[in-house]
Amino acid sequence: MNAYMPYILCMILFCIGVYAILAKRNIIKIILGVVIAEYAVNLFLVLVAYKAGGRSAIFSETEVILPGAMVDPLPHALVLTSIVIGLATTAFLIALAIRLYGKYGTFDITRMRELRG
Amino acid sequence: MSKEHDRGMSIIVKTVTRLTVGLILLYGIYIILHGHLTPGGGFAGGVIVALSFINLDLAFGGSISAKIFSKGSTAVVEALGAVMFLSLALIGMKYGGFFDNFLHPDGNAGQLVSAGIIPLENIAISLKVSAGLFGIFLTLIVLQKFESEKK
Amino acid sequence: MISEGIVPLFVAIPLAGAFLIALLKRIKGISDTFGILASAGTFALSILFLLKMEAGQRVIYNIGNWGGFNEVLGKIVGIQLAVDGLTIFMLLIVNFVAFIVALYSVNYMTRYTQKWQFYCLFLLMLAGMNGVLITGDMFNLFVFIEIASLASYALVAFGTEKRELEASFKYAVMGGMASLLILMGVIFLYSYTGTLNMADMTGVLAGSQQPALMYLIFGLLLTGFGLKAAVVPFHAWLPDAHPSAPAPISAMLSGVLIKALGVYVIARVFFTIFGFPHQISIILMTLGAISMGVGALVALRQWDMKRLLAYSSISQVGYIMLGLGIGTPLGIMGALFHLFNHSIFKSLLFLDSGAVEYAAGTRNMKEMGGLSRKLPVTSGSTLVGAMSLAGIPPFAGFWSKLIIIIALVEANHMKLAAWAVLISIITIAYIVKVTRFAFLGALKDRFANIKEVPVLMRISLIVLALVCIFGGLLLIPEVRDTFLSPAVRVLISGTGGGAGS
Repeated sequence: MNAYMPYILCMILFCIGVYAILAKRNIIKIILGVVIAEYAVNLFLVLVAYKAGGRSAIFSETEVILPGAMVDPLPHALVLTSIVIGLATTAFLIALAIRLYGKYGTFDITRMRELRG
Repeated sequence: MSKEHDRGMSIIVKTVTRLTVGLILLYGIYIILHGHLTPGGGFAGGVIVALSFINLDLAFGGSISAKIFSKGSTAVVEALGAVMFLSLALIGMKYGGFFDNFLHPDGNAGQLVSAGIIPLENIAISLKVSAGLFGIFLTLIVLQKFESEKK
Repeated sequence: MISEGIVPLFVAIPLAGAFLIALLKRIKGISDTFGILASAGTFALSILFLLKMEAGQRVIYNIGNWGGFNEVLGKIVGIQLAVDGLTIFMLLIVNFVAFIVALYSVNYMTRYTQKWQFYCLFLLMLAGMNGVLITGDMFNLFVFIEIASLASYALVAFGTEKRELEASFKYAVMGGMASLLILMGVIFLYSYTGTLNMADMTGVLAGSQQPALMYLIFGLLLTGFGLKAAVVPFHAWLPDAHPSAPAPISAMLSGVLIKALGVYVIARVFFTIFGFPHQISIILMTLGAISMGVGALVALRQWDMKRLLAYSSISQVGYIMLGLGIGTPLGIMGALFHLFNHSIFKSLLFLDSGAVEYAAGTRNMKEMGGLSRKLPVTSGSTLVGAMSLAGIPPFAGFWSKLIIIIALVEANHMKLAAWAVLISIITIAYIVKVTRFAFLGALKDRFANIKEVPVLMRISLIVLALVCIFGGLLLIPEVRDTFLSPAVRVLISGTGGGAGS
């Protein structure tokens, strides 16, 4: 296994998300694209913290764990924040999609022509 | 068949939900209150609490949980949680700084009542998150009904 | 000397206002009061900072009174807020415009239902912007950018008509992509430097070189912030989103949001963290020049007043980018001064378009005409804003454009200087179209009964117009030393630090 494999997989996932945003015409699929790209970035953030054989950064009373043997805890805290932000964005986009469906009766973005020209 | 079974999912789902929904709620509260000792905390616990309400709605179909916890009250609880969180942070300014931990900062590791204002802030966050998430769910349901009725 | 304890209030006051409005929404008039009070409070605080701050001072504040292992690790893990000259400059602009907009909205927003939601989102957006300005570490920068952006997506959709929803969807998807790219850039930076604190990052980056990774980070961050700032290849969302929002929000979005989230962050990241490498200078100047041209040329053929102003924003942000890209002290000063001027006159023009819509019920310029007789304050302030935008001599906009052009000539970019002059002539052409078709000419019959807008709206228009007229006074040496020069000095010291690389 190549050590860079997880990173490459992350990038592939991100590219799938971007592809969905750019190429799909259905609003729901576009939202899914945003969500996939977001998860790819979150996964990448967690992977940055990974250390082979590392363990979680909690001190224990029964055994001695040196700080060098711990994974980096900061990205774990950051990824939670990032997930919460992603939740808010997704909820907002879905609410918009429902409203748009109510106005146009379709999820097809090419039929929404109010702003063209 | 009683009137209750006209809507929602099958009787198996309903029975299981009836048995588990209280446990889910309790588990959420446990996660919130133990947030400063074990993994978890206000956000994770708040999501679990909100899920227990959403679970009811999904299984029984319609507005069972909206009767317990209406959309207006979710908004109030959510704002209350936010105000509580912010005012805890602002009270800290009197003692040394924004978000200063002014209640006995050196507690004992592993004790439930130890971490100063962190458990209180967990509670505030959980109020905000659970009410907010459930509010989003109710809003989406209402929106969807509203939009489909217009046709 | 100033107590650093009040720094977090820049975020706490608008947040408290927003949450209290949501909590007490049933009480009548509460949203107006809190909206105005909160924005006035942050504005007063930024004036206090401006007056009390010593030259070259950098106020640092550790959240929770916790340095975060600074003494053990030699780097800062905790959340840090930092205020320096550039921050105060931006804080003053943002909070001034926000205060004026809050005053204006009291009457304007009666057209919409659910006024409390408007003020709640407005204050959240203000909190996000202030947070972007005062934060001292990269991750919180991302968090605050997201707070401000999410609030702005919702505000663009506030009218919930077809146009608004569609524009908001486009804006939200593109803004979401921009945020992801920014986050990815921040992650790369973190994994490379091992810290999130901006000051520490500067130190680590100055000592080491790894060109390939740096170019990747430049690309990610420039694309992300470029999307937020709407420079030209990434501008597609702006002409839809800005006109669709209610007029006060258009003023906030065009006036300060794209600058706080885009231009300020680009300046902060590329000048003070990366030390302004030569490639960035070329990229910024190219993007700026293209933005200027495209924005101005497309604005010429618009008939919707707000859409024209939105394209004009793209063009004017191009000027600011161009000035920053020169990298000389004069160029940076011109850019920052133009940023100030553009915030003022573009907010003024958007508020004017809102006033016309409020009084006459249309914003298509083909349908207007002769409104100056019926709306003297609105047309007068529009004229002032238009003159400032077009760069007519006594007005503030002239001086900033002049400084940018002089800086271009000094730095031997003759073609770009000629291009800037040419674009400012086109600017005159499209802005004359607004005044000519909307306010001059014969009054149409259907507008015979319209009235001037209410008094609070008039006050805010007049205040902004006065700042437009007398903005040039900021260049007087004594005034410049307190307001403009500290901000320029922050950016210059950044470029000086990276000069060796």
